[in-house]
Amino acid sequence: MKRIAVEYFAILRERTGLDHETLQTHTNTPADLFAELQLRYDFPKMAGVKVAINDEFADWQCPLQDGDTVVFIPPVAGG
Amino acid sequence: MNEFRIEAAVFQPEREKLSLMDPSCGGFVTFEGWVRNRNDGQQVLSLEYQAYEALALKEGTRIIAEALERFPVTSALCIHRVGRLEIGDLAVWVAVSAGHRDEAFRACRYVIDEIKHRVPIWKKEYYASGDSGWVNCEACASHAHEH
Repeated sequence: MKRIAVEYFAILRERTGLDHETLQTHTNTPADLFAELQLRYDFPKMAGVKVAINDEFADWQCPLQDGDTVVFIPPVAGG
Repeated sequence: MNEFRIEAAVFQPEREKLSLMDPSCGGFVTFEGWVRNRNDGQQVLSLEYQAYEALALKEGTRIIAEALERFPVTSALCIHRVGRLEIGDLAVWVAVSAGHRDEAFRACRYVIDEIKHRVPIWKKEYYASGDSGWVNCEACASHAHEH
């Protein structure tokens, strides 16, 4: 089991009702963690979601380490 | 001042402009993004911008550095608002000073285009119908497009 902190923004913050939480998870990648959370929170289908680990863009298959902070980034709309 | 900044409060472009002035510069270009009252056929009453600030600052700073590397300009600055904004409010401001106008225009365009695509900032629109939605995430997820 890994301890992973997840921060939520925008629509994901609304769907979860949380701005962050700490999870115990068996998942090994952001892709698997996102799938697990999608089941729990019923996230909307979105194309082009990105992921950050420890405040840097990361690959969906990057191995998660105990203590990592993960942020899922829905399609952005700045400007 | 070469910088990307996020501001929760109103800022003054005229004051910010002073940090880009340089005797070697003959051109100064700015872009202002304003809150518009319509989007995708809906009447918009107000907006909320939210940022993943730690990464937004990193990515915005990288974009400013790229603009300075790609174009022979002297200074580039971008300030993006977060929080609740009303119609007509200044949401984003890009400013570039350079020896000549052509590179200033091109660098300014580069910065705003990259900011819109890459920086983790989200926009929620509040509509006259009483609805609201995160742009590109829900109502328009099926036909997300560029503005």
